[in-house]
Amino acid sequence: MTNNQQRTRSMIRGGLSLLVAAAFYEAVARSGLFPAVLLPTIPTIVSTLIDMLADGTMFEHAFFTLYRVLFGFVLAVIVGLPLGILMARFPRVEHFFLPLISALMPIPSFALIPLFMLWFGIGNVTTVLIVFYAATFPMAFNTWSGVRSVNPIWLRAAGAMGADENSLFWKVIIPGASPFIITGMRQAFLRAWIGVVGAEMIAASDWGLGWVIFDAKEFLNADVMLAALVVIGFIGFVFERLVFGSLERATVQRWGMVRVAKG
Amino acid sequence: MQPIAIRDVSLNYDTPGGKVQGVTNVSIDIDASEFVCIVGPSGCGKSTLLNIIAGFLAPATGQISIGGKPVTGHGMDRGVVFQDFAQLFPWRTALGNVSFGLEMKGVANPERDRIAREQLRLVKLEKFTDSFPHHLSGGMQQRVAIARALAYNPSVLLMDEPFAALDAMTRDDMQRLLADVWKETRKTVIYVTHNVAEAVYLADRVVVMSAHPGTVKTVMKIDLPRPRDPLSVEFLDCQKELMGHLGHNTNGAAH
Repeated sequence: MTNNQQRTRSMIRGGLSLLVAAAFYEAVARSGLFPAVLLPTIPTIVSTLIDMLADGTMFEHAFFTLYRVLFGFVLAVIVGLPLGILMARFPRVEHFFLPLISALMPIPSFALIPLFMLWFGIGNVTTVLIVFYAATFPMAFNTWSGVRSVNPIWLRAAGAMGADENSLFWKVIIPGASPFIITGMRQAFLRAWIGVVGAEMIAASDWGLGWVIFDAKEFLNADVMLAALVVIGFIGFVFERLVFGSLERATVQRWGMVRVAKG
Repeated sequence: MQPIAIRDVSLNYDTPGGKVQGVTNVSIDIDASEFVCIVGPSGCGKSTLLNIIAGFLAPATGQISIGGKPVTGHGMDRGVVFQDFAQLFPWRTALGNVSFGLEMKGVANPERDRIAREQLRLVKLEKFTDSFPHHLSGGMQQRVAIARALAYNPSVLLMDEPFAALDAMTRDDMQRLLADVWKETRKTVIYVTHNVAEAVYLADRVVVMSAHPGTVKTVMKIDLPRPRDPLSVEFLDCQKELMGHLGHNTNGAAH
């Protein structure tokens, strides 16, 4: 079976699971067990979504959310990636930061929102910092594991061929750690995406997908909430499968550094 | 090509780099363009000796010089081929792997590409320049590793059981190929193996080491004309003699 056929089949399977779940939801929504305002049918959600897309508000909300998440995520990569590398290369850096990371990583970013609001007020600064907090630790942690797992024989071979510290770093350690670095980015983005929506609910005003959901509860607009959830899920899916998926296919999968599940 | 002098080299304790099979008072002189095999039972320190020559380990006492220049750490006068297939960089194509040493040496691109292709042709992999290592068989990967070690033109090629993990048929092909490559490039080769037939097929001289302490037991010259026929009587006689040095019972009788 070719790669394309496999991909088509897995897409059909994925679509089927979604369809079954949607049908189940629709059945419950139409059963009359719950008030229609609280559990709107799929056609209602879709028409709300189309209205919000048509007047551009949904795009604007999504734009603000994306801006915050990408800002924080890029910041997290800029800090987390070198930090992970330094930790793996220098025991002193590791001894200082590892306990810190171990202690801070389990704290949910949500738990910091009220504190950040006191410090930085309502708006972009707080949301971006929450994203940054959520994403930095998985980035640093995975990079650290990746650099430590670089096969020593690559370093030996490169050294025998005259590689200096600089080439060793860019041409052996970074590509050698790339499976972990990409995993780190994936986890960092996932946590960033969860963090941004939560932060927007209470620490953003007027714009953002999280704010839309929180604001809609005031007016009992379950359809707006669900429409925003669809957009949140869609964007998350696009990043996970298309952005990071393509990155992985173009690098570590092509190099045979990670195994690909068949079927 | 340059002669190698190994003088009273000993290393008998574990280094930060890992556990080490000790070597004691090893002295060997190797001529330029000579093919020397080091054989011995496991634990005799033959790989340790090779790692010292490569500069990955520093000897506790004694010294090694290549072309009169003392060895301190690794250098581009030596190319190294390991046993492990994983020695290639998986993120580089065959051509990219072979180019690595040239990049480090600062050779610019049209020239670098030309030399790397030439090396791959030498190991008969010119059709696989753009393949990534994981698409190549074990034998092909080891050939890329040989091309990679030769590409930046070291005078000495150090090989640590490079074909030990290959199946018997591929190993025979690889030995023929290596003999051809050696004939063409005239590198000085130090080749560690535990395979007696391989040593007799490849070497000008075989250094036999013994364990506890890891030291040179004897040196055997192989005077057979090349290319060698592994089925000839002379070849089998050499093999018997070498096995005798290694302490194997060669007449098949009970002890």
